[in-house]
Parts: sequence; C-alpha cells; structure tokens
Amino acid sequence: MKGLESDIPIALGAGVETRPEESAASGDDSPVKNGRRLQHAEGASHPLRSTSVREPQPRGARIRGNHRVDQTEAAARFIAAPQHEKMHDDRLWDLRTKRDGQMHAIPEWEELRTLASAIKEHTLTHLDHYLDEFEQNARANGVHVHWAMDGDEHNQIVHGILHDHGAKTLIKSKSMLTEECGFRSYMARVGVEIIETDLGERIQQLDNEDPSHVVVPAVHKLRGDVAQVFATHLGIDPADDNVHHLAEAQRQATRPLILDADAGMTGCNFAIAETGGITVCTNEGNADLSANVPKLHIASVGIEKVIPRLEHLAVFIRLLSRSALGSPITQYTSHVRGPRNGGEMHLVLVDNGRSARLALDKFWTSLKCIRCGACMNTCPVYRRSGGLSYGATYSGPIGLIIDPTFNRHKYSALPFSSSLNGSCSNVCPVKINIHEQISAWRQVMAENHELTFVKKAAMKAAGVLLAHPALYRAAIATADSALNGLPRFAVYNRLNAWGKHREVPHAPRESFHSWYKRNRSAS
Amino acid sequence: MRVGLFVPCYVDAFHPQVGIATLELLERFGIEVEYPFDQTCCGQPMTNSGCHQESAETEALFVRNFEKFDYIVGPSGSCVHHVRHNLDAVEQTDAVRKVRANTFELVEFLHDVLKVEVFPWAEFPHRVAYHNNCNALRGIGHSSMSELRVAPFSKPLDLLRKVRGIEVVKLARPDECCGFGGTFSVFAEGISSKMGHDKVRDEVRSGAEYVISSDSSCMMHQQGCAERAGLPMKYIHIAQVLNGASS
Repeated sequence: MKGLESDIPIALGAGVETRPEESAASGDDSPVKNGRRLQHAEGASHPLRSTSVREPQPRGARIRGNHRVDQTEAAARFIAAPQHEKMHDDRLWDLRTKRDGQMHAIPEWEELRTLASAIKEHTLTHLDHYLDEFEQNARANGVHVHWAMDGDEHNQIVHGILHDHGAKTLIKSKSMLTEECGFRSYMARVGVEIIETDLGERIQQLDNEDPSHVVVPAVHKLRGDVAQVFATHLGIDPADDNVHHLAEAQRQATRPLILDADAGMTGCNFAIAETGGITVCTNEGNADLSANVPKLHIASVGIEKVIPRLEHLAVFIRLLSRSALGSPITQYTSHVRGPRNGGEMHLVLVDNGRSARLALDKFWTSLKCIRCGACMNTCPVYRRSGGLSYGATYSGPIGLIIDPTFNRHKYSALPFSSSLNGSCSNVCPVKINIHEQISAWRQVMAENHELTFVKKAAMKAAGVLLAHPALYRAAIATADSALNGLPRFAVYNRLNAWGKHREVPHAPRESFHSWYKRNRSAS
Repeated sequence: MRVGLFVPCYVDAFHPQVGIATLELLERFGIEVEYPFDQTCCGQPMTNSGCHQESAETEALFVRNFEKFDYIVGPSGSCVHHVRHNLDAVEQTDAVRKVRANTFELVEFLHDVLKVEVFPWAEFPHRVAYHNNCNALRGIGHSSMSELRVAPFSKPLDLLRKVRGIEVVKLARPDECCGFGGTFSVFAEGISSKMGHDKVRDEVRSGAEYVISSDSSCMMHQQGCAERAGLPMKYIHIAQVLNGASS
C-alpha cells in the first residue's frame, strides 16, 4: 500500500485532480518526487487562474421521459460556466496532447491500429464461435457463466446471485455496461447497497450523477465541486478542496466498506476466448479490490469484449492507455481467470442491443470500441459541452453513434452535435470511422422523420432554391441587400442564430456572378 | 486543358474577390477557364443535415454544369470534399463519376496537377497563421494530420513558402476545428461560436497579423467572432495571396 502514496494524484485524476496547478501554486501538495514534479498523464495539466468565487457546477441535459434530448441546450449552460468549461477543455486537450506524445514514441503506431481493428473485425464477424469458446474455457476454469439478453435480465441475474449468497453490500469497479443497464438504481430498489470503488465514479455516485466520461467520470467537476459533495456525504469541511485531503477522506470512508462487503463486481476490458479469463484495466487498483476482497466475484461482460487469443491482448494493452490518458499502460492490468480459493466467480455475458447493432450495415463497426475515450478527449464539441450534456450513457463522438441504437427517437438530435471535423476517427485506436457514422446517422434520422420541423423545412427550401439557378440568383440579391440595408436590430435578433455570438458577414457590392457578367460577359 | 471554375455559393454571395482571384490565378498559368453560368451549390448543406433526398436535384444540376470539363477547380476544400466523397444522392452515371473524379480544390490543383514552382507576382510581407479547414485537412488530405503518425507535409504551406516576404507562425492547436461545420454553425450556434472565439484567441496569441485559409466558410465564421470580440485579426483566402494580393 506504500506505493499508493505517490499514486494519490494519479488516482485523483479520475475526477478531483482537475486543477493540480492550484496545488502547485500553493507549493505544499503538488505531486513531487525526488524534487521533480510527476508528469504522469493524470497528474499534470496546464495552469488555470484560481478564483475565490465558487461557480456552481452546471448540470447535464434535461431528461423528460422519451422526449428528444437537447444536447445544445445543456452545452450552452456548460459554456455559460466559464471556469468549468475552460478547465474541462484544457484538461482533456492535455490528455489528447499526451496521447500524441505516446503515439510518436511508437514507430509502429499506425500498424498497431490497423491490427487492432482487424482483430476486432475478425472477432465480431465470428462472434458466436469465440463466445462459445470463451464460455467453455471459463466454465473449465470453475467460473459460472450466465447470459443476459438485456439490462433488466443482467440486473435480475446479478440480484439472484447476490440473493443466493445473502449478500446485501456490493463493491464494484467502474463499468460502462452496468451504466447501460441502470444497475445502481435497480439495486437501490431491491435493497442492495452499492459502493463504487473508482474514485471518480464514487464521486458521481454520491452526487447522484452519471459518469460524464468513459475513463474519467468526474472530469467535469472542479475540486471545489468535489469538496461540496464530500462535505454533504462524508462530513468534511466544504472549504478544504486540497486534493490529497479529499482523496484521504474518500479512502477513510470507503476502505471499511470495501473490507466488509459481501460481494465484489467488476467490468471487463477484454475477455480472452482461448483462456476463458478476463482482463480489467484500472489506475487505482480498485478492480483488484472488488475481485479479490470478498469471496464472491461477479463480472459483467459485454459480448463484444471477447478477443480470440492471449497474444492479441498485447496489441490492445499497448493501445488502450496510450490512447486514453497518454500513459504507456494503466497502473493496474488485472487478469482474472477463476475464483480464488474458497471463493466463487460468476460472469454475466450481456447483449443489450449488441446483436442488433451487429446487423446494422453502416454501424456494426462501432462494436470495435474499447472505451478508451480518445474520441471524447479530442472532440472540440465534447470538450466545450461536458459529457452530461448528451443525456445518455455514452457521450462524445462514440456516444453519437451508439446512443441512437438504444433509443432512436430520444437520441435523434445527438448526431447533429458534431462539426464533422473527423478528428475522432483519426485518434480511434481501433479505427472506427466515427465521423462518417455520425453523418450516416443524420441520414437515418432525416429518413425516419426525426428532424425538427425547422431543420427539415429549412433543408427542403434550400434544396429547391439551390436546384434552380434563377431562384438562387434572386435569393442572393435579396440577402445581400438585406444585410446592407437593414438596421442592426433587424439583423441581430433572436431569430438570427448566426448573429447571437458573431457578426454577420459583410455583404459585398456585388456577387461573383454579377462581377463575371459585367467584366467577362464576352466569354 | 478545359477547366471549369466552381464558385461555391457562399463565395459567390459573400466573398466574390476569392472567386475573382481563383479565376485570375488560373489564367496566369495560361489556362482557359470557363465559368458555367447556371451553377449554384454542390449540395453539401442538405447532405450535411442528413437530407440526401433534398440535395439530389442540386447535385444533378452540378453535374450538368460541369460534365464537359477536363478539370473542375474550386477554392474550397469543404465543397470539393463533398463532390468527391459524398455526392451520392444522384444515380452514379458515367458523367457523375467523371465529375467527381475530376473536381479539385485550388491548392491541390496548383500543387499536384500544375505542380507550380514559383509565383513571381506574389509578395505578402506579413506574419500569418494558416487555418486548416477540416474537410481540406482530413477529408482530402491537404496536410498531414496531427492525430496520425505520418511524415509531416503541407500542400498549402508548400505553396505559401513560394510567396516573398511571408512569415508563417504556428497555432497552439493547429488542427482544432474552428466550429463552423456548415449547418452546425446555426443549429448548434452556442458551441459553434465558442469554438470560433477560442480559435480566434489562439490566432491572436500566435502573433499573426493575418489568417490564411483555403476555405472562406471557416474564415467568415472566425471573422464574425473576431469582430464581435473586438479583436483585430484579418482573414484572407490563399487564392488572393497566391494571386499577388498585398493585404
């Protein structure tokens, strides 16, 4: 446990260590070793101005049943909180920069991406075969294997296992799959206490918020926000936002719960068919606690997590943390092959829409995703919006192409929250053509009448106008004279989305077309 | 060589000087350039919004206007990207395929087809930053992309280095999208504007007097942000600089 001391700021990176520069400025608690500031990806970022006025944390998208989620509305509130927005943008850009540094250190980087993509595509197109092999080998290792069609079934299976053991408390490490399944709220209803062991995820649990990022779930929170949460739930001084004090408070509060828990749960980064083992990657070692402290270990595994052989794991391990955090490897890469002596281990293999996604011609390769979050870190829209603005389990570019498979109507506006700049596809370690799929989803939404009336009407009008040169000429003439002739209040009003934060373009004296006609009409 | 001049709709309406510079620049190399009168747009705004059906007629018109040319050249990476990679709302006839294969963005055409070595008339004694339009960069490969581990290159900077007196400075986030994104600029105006204002601040911090780009659409957005913020950044299209504009 001694080694953990220097890992505190690293662990905090999951959520609290959003402004290490403040601690550096105060000079007493920056992550320093042998006189040098640690440059671990999660332990450093660029200086931000500190301020004495606490800015309330902006909350996520407004969810109203099955209504369409308006990401842009929530994003506008995030942008209106400049301390949060700037920290978030700088912090994630810093991860992107560190990722680039790691990439440049590996000459065969692009080959690795190609290989990882090929392994995933091969596995996904032979998924039944590898799942069978994985199940057989896991059973041979003494593991109980369950299959769940959807989130509800997953939750019931886990509940059944806990019930059989009389388990009332469950420690778990972070798992996006359990977020998909609404696992925590289900367990609350049936009276099982869940203790998240990932620091960032625990912060989110205590604050009753979803994770805003697949790797750093509380990255949208300032340390002051965390101090507020801990003040309410752990009884600390709300004015003390020293990250080490926050981490220690969480450790003191949670360790006894971990040691006393009836059961432990983990997710799974990779399931290896040839061994029947699973691999879980964390920076806090919390998956090891969840898997090894209680006698009962349950792992939730999405069926797309399977890879054929152990040697393939090396390809993904080399890519995962480099892409995610710009560090060569996660602090812990834990391999679990069977129950510990005297213990019991269960695997729940979950479909929850994955088979249906596999059948989607344009979108099946989204199943290659290894949840590194690189696309989120690089996305200029995500960095300025915060992950909770998406109002869905998955946010950022990967969310735009996965969320609509869960509920097409509810998430029909999400594919439009992108400038289609394509950076996401370039950083993806398994080469998912993310921005092309975002574009393809827009077409699906348009064809299924999921565009807002205004958007559809505008596009219909534009389509007619631009297909008819005479109409188009008349429109340009009108637009230019309007920009030149109208008073400012008529141009800048709430109907003009362009002019809210920008000046409108200066209309030229004449269009190119008129110039050409005037000067080159002979030709 | 028969070259058709493709003047994107927003260039026609808002930046005619970019169309004029493109025309004059091509003519300097002895090329006979024709401007088809009935052109409007390539169809990108509708496709960009998912409305492929609505862009079909516009795309058909584009093909009718340009099918007779050996090369179609336009001063916009974004529109050329659409024609080359996304013009698929119409049936893919021989004429459509020919138009798609022969459409070039101006920088590409000068760099890869004409292989221009010198611009004797061009002098731009200013400190400049170059803005990579995302479709020019990641869509049609103007330059190496910062996300990939590839040998660095830049076609637009290759050309600009042949301009006397120019000094190119680097941006802190050279490949970051400025937030224009076509219809994204109005349908998500808050995020789009924030990205634009951040981009302008990066440009101002770089010490550049001018920002040069191959896409007027991004610059129209950035200029709108700069003016609203009261920042004195000036924007100019690469066609104008290569054609000898001095400011």
